[in-house]
Amino acid sequence: MVWLVTDDKELNVAGVIADGTALWLSPEVVEHATGWKLKPEGLCRGEICVPIPALRAETFLRDDKINVAEFWRFMGWPVVSADAGDAWMLGQGASARSAALESLEAPDFILPDLDGVPHKLSGERGKKVFLATWASW
Amino acid sequence: MWQALYEELKDQNFTIITVAMDSEADAARPYIEAAAPTYLSLIDRDHHVAELYNMVNVPQAVWIDEQGQIVRPPEPAGAFDTIRARDKSTREVPKAAEETRIKARQVYLDAIRDWVRNGASSPHAFDQFEARARLSLPDDNIAAAQANFRLGQFLLRRGKADAAAPLFLEARRLHPKSWTIWRQTDETNDLGLAVSADFWGRIDALGETKFYDVIDMDGMPAEIPS
Repeated sequence: MVWLVTDDKELNVAGVIADGTALWLSPEVVEHATGWKLKPEGLCRGEICVPIPALRAETFLRDDKINVAEFWRFMGWPVVSADAGDAWMLGQGASARSAALESLEAPDFILPDLDGVPHKLSGERGKKVFLATWASW
Repeated sequence: MWQALYEELKDQNFTIITVAMDSEADAARPYIEAAAPTYLSLIDRDHHVAELYNMVNVPQAVWIDEQGQIVRPPEPAGAFDTIRARDKSTREVPKAAEETRIKARQVYLDAIRDWVRNGASSPHAFDQFEARARLSLPDDNIAAAQANFRLGQFLLRRGKADAAAPLFLEARRLHPKSWTIWRQTDETNDLGLAVSADFWGRIDALGETKFYDVIDMDGMPAEIPS
């Protein structure tokens, strides 16, 4: 069992081969964790499909599993592994974060209050919002 | 700190959301309970908002209009670079610095009032070109730093501090400008404040760089009068 952390999920996953920089997962787990679905055209999410590079297809696909870490690095997105391969993070890439900010649409988020009740920024749409960060440290 | 402003302006289609960059609600709890805010006061243990908005310090503020558009990108939330003016041995803030800090805060609050009253025609609400020009965008190193920090926080929550430690070091290395990553992963004193000797050393090493940049706003003091 391996922990897989993404931008919005923390999953404990079975049937994983975590081997150095490779993280082999079933297509079902990849789709559930990341939204990327394996199709004949390549890995697809929404309207976008990324063809698997033909010359080194076996670094991405083998025995019905996908090396999602290799795909992530191929896309230029951060991959972090820790705890001797027992925990992995597939992070958001800088381009996506930058594009979101440049659109000037305030990135939405969902965070809990002190009672653990989740609230979204977009829940306040229709009002002017002064968003302020702070910390106890 | 913002409760008075909220009370004053809440009936003018305005609200405040504060986000605590704290690993756990209990660290933030005493401050929130003392302030007794009636606006949303949220806990951001993984620093999502810092990552989404590419922030490096607290307090930082973003102004967002009724359509969910950013009209002022992240900037110090009415804060002034007083920390650099502290006496090195006593850590006290000289009077002139304190007065400048108070003035800076006043200018900032008045600007918020002006925006609430005048909306897009307020000189303090940036148009899309001005706002975009003032955005700070993350690069690959920052994205990697955030991923390391996130996984580190995750491991810490599962009691795996030893596994988390190298990730925090890597996050700091990749994003050296981030005070939020640095202080969240630094040791804290009895009051929970990340003010170790390393912290003060880091402040002293800033040189010409500011801890809080001067807020880009008409009437904002640029420096402490000598």
